[in-house]
Amino acid sequence: MNVACDIELQRKLTPGPDETLVFDAPKSLVDTPMHFCPGCQHGLIHRIVARTLDDMGLQERAIAVGSVGCSVFVYRYISMDCVEAPHGRATAVATGVKRARPGNFVYTFQGDGDLAAIGTAEAIHAANRGERISVIFVNNTTYGMTGGQMAPTTLLGQKTTTCVKGRERETAGAPIRMAELMAQLDGVAFSARVAVNSVKNIRKAEKAVRRAFEVQEQGLGFGFVEFLSTCPTNWRLDPIKANERVETEMIPCFPLGVFKEMGE
Amino acid sequence: MADAVQKKFIKGNEAIVYGALDAGCECYFAYPITPQNDIPELMSALLPERGGSFVQAESEVASANMLLGAAACGARSCTSSSSPGISLMQEAISYLAGSELPTVIVNMNRGGPGLGNLGPSQGDYFQAVKGGGHGDYRTLVLAPASGQECYDMMIEAFDLAFKYRNPVLVLGDSTVGQMKEPVVMRGPAPRNDYGAEDWRLEGARGRSPRLLKSLFLEDNSLGEHNRKLAEKYEAMQKEARAETFATEDAELVVVAFGVIGRIAKSAVRELRARGFKVGLVRPQTLYPFPSALLADLARKGRDIGRHFLTIEHNCGQMVEDVRLAVRRDADSAFFGYMPGDMPSSDDFIGPILEALENRNESKEHKE
Ligand SMILES: Cc1ncc(C[n+]2csc(CCOP(=O)(O)OP(=O)(O)O)c2C)c(N)n1
Repeated sequence: MNVACDIELQRKLTPGPDETLVFDAPKSLVDTPMHFCPGCQHGLIHRIVARTLDDMGLQERAIAVGSVGCSVFVYRYISMDCVEAPHGRATAVATGVKRARPGNFVYTFQGDGDLAAIGTAEAIHAANRGERISVIFVNNTTYGMTGGQMAPTTLLGQKTTTCVKGRERETAGAPIRMAELMAQLDGVAFSARVAVNSVKNIRKAEKAVRRAFEVQEQGLGFGFVEFLSTCPTNWRLDPIKANERVETEMIPCFPLGVFKEMGE
Repeated sequence: MADAVQKKFIKGNEAIVYGALDAGCECYFAYPITPQNDIPELMSALLPERGGSFVQAESEVASANMLLGAAACGARSCTSSSSPGISLMQEAISYLAGSELPTVIVNMNRGGPGLGNLGPSQGDYFQAVKGGGHGDYRTLVLAPASGQECYDMMIEAFDLAFKYRNPVLVLGDSTVGQMKEPVVMRGPAPRNDYGAEDWRLEGARGRSPRLLKSLFLEDNSLGEHNRKLAEKYEAMQKEARAETFATEDAELVVVAFGVIGRIAKSAVRELRARGFKVGLVRPQTLYPFPSALLADLARKGRDIGRHFLTIEHNCGQMVEDVRLAVRRDADSAFFGYMPGDMPSSDDFIGPILEALENRNESKEHKE
């Protein structure tokens, strides 16, 4: 279940002279147990980010901006300089970092309450200015850290601790689709929605993260990747059922794909 | 660099900009609000020319958080706003203090509460001096009374911010920001980052990663952090400073800050000419507060029954700190000129004479 432990195991299994290494832990990923609940996909997303930083040789130049939510411990898991932002403000903080140090690679890691509720203004305007930053947005349709309240991404009918009968459109609106919204803004150079519920989707997610990082490096603009992610604890589902829910309930509401891509 | 010295007839708001630039400001982020729009307007023209970064933010919430990012990189950063905008920055100021990041925030105080008006006010004293955001933190607060002090205090503010790794507030008002006066500018100030190269973020090349945060979850770690901050605030006390005028034999000492202190000085000067033994203390730092100086004046004036009168452009805020400072040997009366309109020195003559008279009466009672 625990991604970090799996990786640790992999690392110990270093290949012998006539074996080929097909999978190892990214260097940028800190070798430590993660605090995430069993079946949570945050760890997997961190690993994808770390792998991309390794592959692009960015780790020594990267400055991460942490957010408030289950992503708050990004600094524990990824080995790079990091500053912690107040809830929702990561894209404004990242703007300050990038403006002060344009030569560095800057990315944020934010949940759906953080980016799509309390921090919507900052996210939209950083994107619209075309800030040369990359945003990893984790959509788990709930406020994980505070105990499973309704998020702006909560599906219609989904029960949470603040909509016990299920989210109703009449009183709470419908789920917000950030990747599509971001794609409307001229400052956005790349916007995609991905999932990590299958190997195939993980491969696509890796490509999307790479592209969102590249557009920053190429000076094209704002890079945005929305990850559909599980929250088995607050969904009250076991990890396998939670992973299935991504396919059966989330993807129909939040279609996967690249919504905007600027070429060099 | 004698040729760098210039004298210009400018607004206090403009002096803020030139002070920031001579202090080496690299990043300025702000959202427009009257009565300080000269600051972002001039900054937008001058800062990029000097290789700095200007961002007109989408709100003061955003501009204050942009400061957090730039400050984390050890950049010289500042913002400016007026009362309602400063209210929106309070969460970020708390994070800046908690993460020990240096930055400079200018507040050209206008009338409040709420939308208030655009006139001068000192209604934000409590907010500036006592916190405003959540948690147990302090910000250094400087209070300019003239265009010259706007310039000088910006240079000092950047220096103090780095010296203590703490946000510094410059608390002016509509008057000091908009009044035009001759200001002497000395060119680029000597820069000391006080070892920022040891903590600032720049990418973990050839060293272990750095982390700047205000989250302390491990047992006892937050207590330890708060204790360390408290020690830092204690160390700041030595920065307390005030202008004193005719206090030596004064039976009544007027205490007033900013432009109000300057107007009160005119009233005190006039009353001196008429033979009244009055003096003035104008705190130039509001945090740390010049308590020791006031306590000393109270102690030394015991024999002559020295009394104090705090004059403010609000309903009574700094007077609490004055009373605390002098409490062993004296007390302070209070006169509040209501915020939103401009007083003249004539408005203060009556209240000063009244306080002097009340003091004489209470002295007679004692005798
Ligand atoms: C100003 C402010 N309001 C509220 C909170 C409490 N809070 C912490 S995390 C969070 C929601 C996190 O949800 P999300 O961003 O979706 O991330 P997740 O935990 O699901 O990964 C809230 C409301 C806070 N820290 N600060």
